[in-house]
Amino acid sequence: MISLKQGQIEAGEHKTAPVDEAGRRKFLKGSAAALALAPGMTLFAYGEAITKPAEQAVTTKSRWGLLIDAAKFSDEDVDACVKACQDENGWRDTGKPMTDAQWIRRVNLKNKKTDEQFSLPMMCQHCAEAPCVDVCPTGASFKRKDGIVLVDKHICIGCRYCMMACPYKARSFVHEHIEDQKEHAPRGIGTVESCTMCVHLVDEGKEPACVKAAPEGAMVFGDLNDKTSKLAQLIKSVATQQVRADLNLDPGVRYRNI
Amino acid sequence: MKIVLIMQKLIITLLGVAFIGVSLLASVGQASAQPEWMPNPPKAIGGQCDLDPKEMRKTHMTLLDHKRDQTMRDGIRTKKYSLKKCIACHAVKDKSNKCVTVKDERHFCRSCHDYAAVRIDCFDCHASRPEDSLNKATKAAGNSHDKLAGLSSIGKTGDTTDTTLRRFIAGEVK
Amino acid sequence: MAETYRQLREYNYGFNILLVLHVLIIAIGLGAAFYMEHNGHVVTGMNNQIVWGLPHVFAVFLIVSASGALNLASASSVFSKLAYKRFARLSAILAIALLIGGLVVLLLDLGRPDRLIVAMTHYNFKSIFAWNIILYTGFITIVGIYLWTMMDKTVTRFNKAAGWGAFIWRIILTTGTGSIFGFLVAREAYDAAIMAPLFISSSFVYGMAFTVWVLITMCQATGHRLLTQGVSEKLRELFIIFIAAMLYFTLVHHLTNLYAAEHIGVERYILWSGSVFTWLFWGGHVFLGTVLPLLILMKSDFGSSRAGLTFSSILMLLGGMAHTYVIIIGGQSYPLSLFPGMGVTSTFQDGVYANYMPTMPELLLGLAGVSMAMFIVGFALKILPFLPAPVTENQ
Repeated sequence: MISLKQGQIEAGEHKTAPVDEAGRRKFLKGSAAALALAPGMTLFAYGEAITKPAEQAVTTKSRWGLLIDAAKFSDEDVDACVKACQDENGWRDTGKPMTDAQWIRRVNLKNKKTDEQFSLPMMCQHCAEAPCVDVCPTGASFKRKDGIVLVDKHICIGCRYCMMACPYKARSFVHEHIEDQKEHAPRGIGTVESCTMCVHLVDEGKEPACVKAAPEGAMVFGDLNDKTSKLAQLIKSVATQQVRADLNLDPGVRYRNI
Repeated sequence: MKIVLIMQKLIITLLGVAFIGVSLLASVGQASAQPEWMPNPPKAIGGQCDLDPKEMRKTHMTLLDHKRDQTMRDGIRTKKYSLKKCIACHAVKDKSNKCVTVKDERHFCRSCHDYAAVRIDCFDCHASRPEDSLNKATKAAGNSHDKLAGLSSIGKTGDTTDTTLRRFIAGEVK
Repeated sequence: MAETYRQLREYNYGFNILLVLHVLIIAIGLGAAFYMEHNGHVVTGMNNQIVWGLPHVFAVFLIVSASGALNLASASSVFSKLAYKRFARLSAILAIALLIGGLVVLLLDLGRPDRLIVAMTHYNFKSIFAWNIILYTGFITIVGIYLWTMMDKTVTRFNKAAGWGAFIWRIILTTGTGSIFGFLVAREAYDAAIMAPLFISSSFVYGMAFTVWVLITMCQATGHRLLTQGVSEKLRELFIIFIAAMLYFTLVHHLTNLYAAEHIGVERYILWSGSVFTWLFWGGHVFLGTVLPLLILMKSDFGSSRAGLTFSSILMLLGGMAHTYVIIIGGQSYPLSLFPGMGVTSTFQDGVYANYMPTMPELLLGLAGVSMAMFIVGFALKILPFLPAPVTENQ
């Protein structure tokens, strides 16, 4: 709840007063105090940890993750997630399937023995032991303290070694000039990119765009480290799978019913 | 051989004359307040800058550099020194009331960087005009580069909120 | 005592034409690189499936060859085979030149070649790629010092040490290059420790083929004999041993993969499916690059003749390109196995063999790398005594 409230107050603040760094800090301090005073009730935005104040750095206390239930997805549902990601992050189909970026994609699976068919959304798995981070020569491919794997496009030299290393084919190389990117999702020619788990939303205490677009309960976003979170509880109680679990990369994205 | 020598002399002489001419022009230019060839960055529309413009001119690259690492690596998303805010405040509109991109030489950043011959790396990845300016239909022509001066009144009245900025960028206020 | 080394002082029409030709190719290649960078990689055949293309084939081939080009120098300094001492300087400068040629291609194919300085200042020491950057620059430095100890009489006493240093460094360097592929856990065609020795054995073949090629070109250009019959005979024997070693590692690599059920798919794709890689592997690498040269070299009189050595070294180089192509492109063309045992399709080319058709700019950039290496050597021969002196009849 607190995140919502904070959002409202922030919006109100814009209408009435100038953005004042000191005042803002005071406000945030106030909200932190409120949190301390009334734990439990206000601590959770949506069954998750509190919203991080904007000036606070992320820590290893949280590790963001997803649980995707393949059984709850139709092809159209996955496409809705893809669309939501495109709208949120500004990548799109330009009619060049070989070179267009795809941060999230629909993978159609068919069990060769039983002919059973289903589909699921596939994207960066935000591994704890991410091969892309290990192989990157400049350290552009990095893992945030809260487990989100990102590309620092400021120091990415475009060598594509991370794309060679990623077991999930999660990364795309930007093959052309791009203009009018989304403000929160910079993307540029000659650099590599992938799903950011909508890090700009997560930092504001919101859910990634795909999670919002997915059918009810088909995608659960949350903190893997927080034992009380819905995600952690689910992972504890139901059978979940990791894609290419044999590689032992400890992905932050888990699946059900594959 | 002789022709080559003559050509050489001619070129050297011409270069010399050109150099003296340019130096003369330069000294004349310095005499006046704001010579035309000096950078003349458009006024910001958002009011007070995060830092004194004189300081900003010197240190913006360091500030942005620092801020970018904080935002990207640590998720610190305060507005101070954020590129997003710079872009919004320093948006420049063309005759059709549209914010120009960095491709246009009237773009705020270019007005100086062209002069200093320093390549800007930011806009290969970052949008060079505010995102909001793309979502709304643009209004009739009006807010050309010259008229931007009047807009600083927004700042003077103390109204520097994002909302006002957004409305300006979207073409709702001038 | 007759001079051992010569500098190309006299005007040599054919040689100069050759140099100009290389400069021309370099210029075209730079233009191609600029075109690629200006428009983005969309103008190349590379895509999100085949992320490393023809430029990387050229670059890796040249870098692997660079290490092998040091063979003759190492043989003389480290293994005290004095017969090769005359070729040590040429061998070392060729090694540096090939490495620079390869690096230039690699650099110009980057998405952001303008950020070379970033690659030089930001190191992730867990990355084998970052280590390679250090290995490459170190190689140039060490071989440079090695050359210095060969050419400056005041520091000759360090020659042995420098020779050893360069020898050890080149082995590490090629281990590093092989490990770029060996460390890729998810790619079934790579992910094997044997990539490193395979690359080392290949480097012996390709590097020496380059050396012989350059030597014979210089024989033609200067009209002198640079190789004695004895050396030609030894080169022939060395080639046979090196080719056999390369063949052995290739064989073990594929046999190991064929034994593991999870890798049968990729082996079938490369070795049997009839794809372009099957043809390049059997026709290019195995037949042109190993069997045919072996057949030529086994015939001792023809094998050690100038024609025999020329022909077989050209074949080895062509086979080497085919081999590198199969490793780099073929390995990427085979789809990643995300869900073993399931049929996978998507809009992102999951579960299908990725297509790759190199475009002209890529080829021109790659060729420019070769020309760059050749030009550096040619230019060096003109300014310093690198070339072995002509052999006289009684030698």
